Amino acid sequence: MSIAPPALEVRNLSVAYREAPVLRGVNWRAPASGLTAIVGPNGAGKSTLLKAALGLVPRLAGEVRFFGQELRQARRRIGYLPQRASVDWDFPATALQVAAMGRYPRVGWFLPLPRAERERARAALAEVGMADFAGRQIGQLSGGQQQRVFLARALALEADLYLMDEPFAGVDAATERAIIDVLHRLGREGRAVIAVHHDLATAPQYFQHVCLLNGGVVAAGPMETTFTAENLSRTYGGRLSLLDEAALRPAAAPPAGRPLRAVP
Amino acid sequence: MMEALFQALTLSGGYNARVVALGCAAFGLAAGALGCFVLLRGRALIADAAAHATLPGLCLAFILAAGMGWNPRSLPLLMGGAAATAALGVLAAGALARGGRLRDDAAMALVISIGFGIGVALLSVVQSLPVGGQAGLSSFILGQAAGMSAADAWLIFWLALAALAAVAVLFRPLAVLCFDADFAAAAGLPVRWLDLALLGLMLAVTVAGLRAVGLILVVALMVVPAATARLSTERLSVMVPLAGLLGAFAAWMGAGLSAAAPSLPTGATIALVACALFLLALLFAPARGVVAFALRQRRLRQEAAMEARSA
Repeated sequence: MSIAPPALEVRNLSVAYREAPVLRGVNWRAPASGLTAIVGPNGAGKSTLLKAALGLVPRLAGEVRFFGQELRQARRRIGYLPQRASVDWDFPATALQVAAMGRYPRVGWFLPLPRAERERARAALAEVGMADFAGRQIGQLSGGQQQRVFLARALALEADLYLMDEPFAGVDAATERAIIDVLHRLGREGRAVIAVHHDLATAPQYFQHVCLLNGGVVAAGPMETTFTAENLSRTYGGRLSLLDEAALRPAAAPPAGRPLRAVP
Repeated sequence: MMEALFQALTLSGGYNARVVALGCAAFGLAAGALGCFVLLRGRALIADAAAHATLPGLCLAFILAAGMGWNPRSLPLLMGGAAATAALGVLAAGALARGGRLRDDAAMALVISIGFGIGVALLSVVQSLPVGGQAGLSSFILGQAAGMSAADAWLIFWLALAALAAVAVLFRPLAVLCFDADFAAAAGLPVRWLDLALLGLMLAVTVAGLRAVGLILVVALMVVPAATARLSTERLSVMVPLAGLLGAFAAWMGAGLSAAAPSLPTGATIALVACALFLLALLFAPARGVVAFALRQRRLRQEAAMEARSA
């Protein structure tokens, strides 16, 4: 790997909510750029890893560095995309107003947003194909459209590292396509994306790196060498269904240049 | 009575009545505007718990004043006591619910019960004190704008205006916090401090409203105008000023009505005016109102029937 510091480095991270720890002594260095999937069974601590790294949940022990810096110093370079279900979509705001929230950290929280900044928020909406819905109240959007608005808000942050919590959860095929296009654009620009991902079939097609997580890191590295049936069965502890395994077989060794899964 | 009401509403009832109406309206403005954020952050029950937890503080302040030989009806003193125990109640509810020890609603019901229970018990201690003015305390329970001094009304006015100014300054951070607290925290907003500021403002508005509206109904002016405004608009930038105006109107009307008929408790009058406005919005709001909904449903049914016939 290059000399660039990892986008995210976690040392000895432990987190507990009430009783048993969710994460136990996690050590992981995410690559400085490119798309990385965090994969693991339910309750493996995938979302918790992102939240603990961002200081949203208290950690029992451990250190976190972003681009070699403390969170405080690197905050401007980090963008967070929470799970869509974590907010109340009945909130009185339009799609454009939500996207514009991504500009506040740069412009300041107290002054009105200058026209140029509003245009940047609008451009972020356009990139996810939501330009026509800018004035729509967010509760009147479909689930996929809401997810795109969330992504637009993250894009408006213009971060170097994005932490995304299940960006593909519950979205239609067109939205999945739009999101993956944006992720690939970010990757081409040398930015880093770390996303919690659930679909084992698409993980090797969408992401270049993987972190297999179950309480601790089971394996992490480039997709081709890490995303193996053996590592997966160690991660899921034999709980992988036949369906999952069937989905994995062609994906475990993807032929070079294989196109993305066909989406209309 | 109509003449007295007209006088009170048109500010022609003399200096004192004018200032009282102004103080009440300022409180309504602040309560309505702040109430939007209280509602959107899911803090309406906390506001009610805080209001009920003011009673022990009111009584303790009265007892303290009586013991020290101060004026036991001094509004700043009573407000200070009320704010102190209300803050304790809010912190207690937070501590009880932390880490999932107790459900939020159970924690708040507990604070309401304990706060109000201790308060009522202390009221009987207050009644037995050998000083005058005990009857004044009951106006803090149901609210009584009539008979308020101009100095008290000015205090309420300035406190409400300060809270309103704080809401205006914190508008954007509070909006982001209410919509998505995790995003706000990740983006560098001091979420914990913002939540504390929201609670502090809520306490300030609560104690500002105690004298006129009373502790049982003060939460109505934070919740009802905000809910009314939410029915009428899909924009926070419209909702907050609208809720403020609705709150100010309700408080103004209520204070006027109770000036005209002093036997009416002001709190009830104000709350009923606010609820009447809510009912109007519930029926006639452009998109979310009951009438608009019924018309839309009928049109959709007709369209579906037409399509079925032509098919």
